[in-house]
Amino acid sequence: MNDTPRPGLYVHVPFCRSKCPYCDFYSVTTLEQIHSWVGALEREARHYSPRFAVFDTLYLGGGTPSLLSHEELSAVMETLDSHFTFADDTEITLEVNPDDVTPSKLSFYRELGINRLSLGVQSFHEDEVRFLGRRHTGARAEQALDLIRSAGFENVGIDLMYAFQGQSAARWIENLERALRFQPEHLSCYQMTLADGTPFGKLHAEGRLHSPGDEAESRFFSLTSRFLRDRGYLHYEVSNFARSPRHLSRHNGKYWNHTPYLGLGPAAHSFQDGVRWWNVRSVAEYRSRLVRGEMPVEEREALTPEQIGLETLFLGFRTHAGIDVNFFREMEGADAVLADLEKSNRVRLRDGRVRPTPEGLLVADRLPLLF
Amino acid sequence: MEQVRNFSIIAHIDHGKSTLADRLIQHAGMVSAREFRDQLLDTMDIERERGITIKSQTISLPYKSKSGQVYELNLIDTPGHVDFSYEVSRALASCEGVLLLVDASQGVEAQTLANLYAAMEHDLTIIPVINKIDLPSADIDMAKEQIETELGLDSDQAVLCSAKEGLGIEDIFEAVVNRIPPPSGSAEKPLSALIFDAHYDSFRGIIASCRVFDGRVRQGDVIRFMSNGSTYRVEEVGVFRLTREARSELRAGEVGYIISGVKTLSDTRVGDTVTLDKNPIAAPLPGFRDVKPVVFSSIYPISSDDYPSLVDALEKYKLNDAALIYEKDSSVALGQGFRCGFLGLLHLEIVQERLEREFDQSIIMTVPSVQYRFTLNDDSVVVVDNPQYYPDPLKIKKSEEPYIKASVMIPERYMGAVMKLAMEKRGTNPRFNYPSPGRIEVIMDMPLSEVVFDFYDKLKTITQGYGSFDYEMIEYRQGELVKLDILVNGEKVDALSMIVHKERVREWGVQVCDRLKEEIPKHQFKIAIQGAVGGKIISRSTITPFRKDVTAKCYGGDISRKRKLLEKQKAGKKRMKMVGAVMIPQSAFVAVLKTNDE
Repeated sequence: MNDTPRPGLYVHVPFCRSKCPYCDFYSVTTLEQIHSWVGALEREARHYSPRFAVFDTLYLGGGTPSLLSHEELSAVMETLDSHFTFADDTEITLEVNPDDVTPSKLSFYRELGINRLSLGVQSFHEDEVRFLGRRHTGARAEQALDLIRSAGFENVGIDLMYAFQGQSAARWIENLERALRFQPEHLSCYQMTLADGTPFGKLHAEGRLHSPGDEAESRFFSLTSRFLRDRGYLHYEVSNFARSPRHLSRHNGKYWNHTPYLGLGPAAHSFQDGVRWWNVRSVAEYRSRLVRGEMPVEEREALTPEQIGLETLFLGFRTHAGIDVNFFREMEGADAVLADLEKSNRVRLRDGRVRPTPEGLLVADRLPLLF
Repeated sequence: MEQVRNFSIIAHIDHGKSTLADRLIQHAGMVSAREFRDQLLDTMDIERERGITIKSQTISLPYKSKSGQVYELNLIDTPGHVDFSYEVSRALASCEGVLLLVDASQGVEAQTLANLYAAMEHDLTIIPVINKIDLPSADIDMAKEQIETELGLDSDQAVLCSAKEGLGIEDIFEAVVNRIPPPSGSAEKPLSALIFDAHYDSFRGIIASCRVFDGRVRQGDVIRFMSNGSTYRVEEVGVFRLTREARSELRAGEVGYIISGVKTLSDTRVGDTVTLDKNPIAAPLPGFRDVKPVVFSSIYPISSDDYPSLVDALEKYKLNDAALIYEKDSSVALGQGFRCGFLGLLHLEIVQERLEREFDQSIIMTVPSVQYRFTLNDDSVVVVDNPQYYPDPLKIKKSEEPYIKASVMIPERYMGAVMKLAMEKRGTNPRFNYPSPGRIEVIMDMPLSEVVFDFYDKLKTITQGYGSFDYEMIEYRQGELVKLDILVNGEKVDALSMIVHKERVREWGVQVCDRLKEEIPKHQFKIAIQGAVGGKIISRSTITPFRKDVTAKCYGGDISRKRKLLEKQKAGKKRMKMVGAVMIPQSAFVAVLKTNDE
């Protein structure tokens, strides 16, 4: 972490052509609202314009940002450019759906200065893609990756999903291998979460969809970690892998070490000066509040030092950066717990930091409770 | 005295007693609508939440009748649960009449009958009141019919009301003044007053609620408590309005309070008779007895550092609940604590909740037990209410456990299910009454321990809430009793031991192991839970170690949510007890008794 890390900017594009049954991010399929969302975003950006210094990351996530037309995306970028200042080497990421990838779109993204793409592949297998409710095919995803590479993008991430009902380890490894053919700079491998409020969550509650269970999930997790580390990738966060230390997601890193970030758009979260706030989960409400001249903030919380401490602990145990040993100095009984964790190979003490091993990442949610 | 009426409202739980009491108070003009809170007489949080009255309260209501006469009506509120039947009996002894409440849609229930018998024992005038007549499901004809056939009362005399809607309240007042007789007794005779309730006030000490039968008492009098002969000078007497209202004297027939510098509740015992030291009556009023606890459990602080604070909390708590008894106890697993006696399971739960809420204690309560009696080979008899003191089985000649007479009232259609449950719970000698078409009262003998365990919950479940239940202690009976020990990773957790009947021990062993499997969270290592009798393992379960505990995504929107979850888990962890290397949640100690099948 730098002495004075620069803040990050996130823009939530809450639109999808169809909803995936596992996804619990906020999005709607009423694309006719895009126009008014762009306008509202402008008002929100104007409000925060004097309140944030120079950003060095911009992340356009969703939803499906790649469904925005040239005009819509240009308008968004112009808005951001006119209200905020960005450092020269700013990492600008756009989340992309394989279906949306065309040569003309890609060259347009380049023109806009977008230098990092995150491609939501999830799986290269037809049946799995269908099960996950996505529209593209495996071949289409591979074609998209070819196009992205030919367009000259040198920082590309691929999102994959694993450990869901009926998936075999062999087929999962096949997916990883197909992804590795493109030598992605970044890989996000998410274990399927059957979240409440999603169609999959509902099926799960009804007993019609199962998770493979702790045992299988932990095997999948270790297998993934080992497979990718063997191929030179850095397992730097629970679900994230980088081809080299230069390729960590700079933007996401800010979430994990209390660097300030500003989130624009419905349901987006922001953090600054020990305060976290988040926007309403409704495009209509988001817009109407901004039109009335009000902020679309749903809730705001000022974190106490204890809360910051707890977050430092649990976020730290999720990343290879770990936690400064000094953090534990004042804690009663921490030495013994850390010694135990080192003995059981959950953490390693290196360079003055307590860093989780892959075995530690596997139980990252449990570790903070030990202190 | 002609203008005084002393009465209680008695009802099955949920039949609307508190609502009616509140309505009477409101109608008497003692409280404006703005001040009116629901269930005015129930002041404790727990009472409000559970909708039951635990501590009785009393209030004097002024009432001007239709004939123009002004009366003073003393409404003596009674606790509404079988655990407190002795308190109820003392309250009834202070009355001349009762309002017997019957829910218009539920009809007569087991407790209605028990209440009726109690009122008849005291020769009270009984006014049946059919409540909740506003409900769509109200069936007034059915209720009247049951009043005739099941209670043997004249249903033409029943007053119809809806306490909730305020209907029929005037009729109730008129019935009270016209049908309940005024108190008899003479103010010129020596003082005899019955203590029917007492509570602790941090400024004034003990406030004793009493009914004066004969004589008079005023400030400065020296009174004598007849159960132990102790004497005190009276500081203040008065009546209960919304708050206490001092009077120059209380005289025969009246209901009020006496403050006399008594500092501990155990000196002021419900049922005791108060007389004047210089002119005492010859014999106390009848009916006084020591309240005996029937259910026992130990209380331990979760953290042993909190023991002094628990000592303090129990002393303070005891000031307001004379029925709780306790003495020091210690456990290998849980350290220093107290063995406590309770009037019943509800009383136990109330004590637990109040210690936690009002006194901010984090406590563990061990598996409740009844009092067993063992005759040893040398013919000595030991009474054991704590499984820790279960005698050496080789030395036991005879073991006995307390039995109750259980009365269960149910709609006929649940007969089969209830008889099956009765068999499971070792019920014997069933007798049947058919109080009215379609309804059955099953009376049977049953070990008290089965009730302590989970009888009532199960009865409610299998009868879909229609079954009602009441019981009284009858006698000790012989039965083969063994001690079930629970081992967690090979370590005996003495606080989980229980004494059970030999026929049922396997079943309990399996249940406890299964419940603990659900209650104890996964650890980094495998946990074996075993049930054992003597040295023999009779049941077991295993908690597998957690393999994975991590959420896949943690971005901007997930951090606060995740932290809140961790905060909750951390708070939960504070309520765990370490046994060896295993964390056992506080809830596990009582949860082992609760079945969650069906």
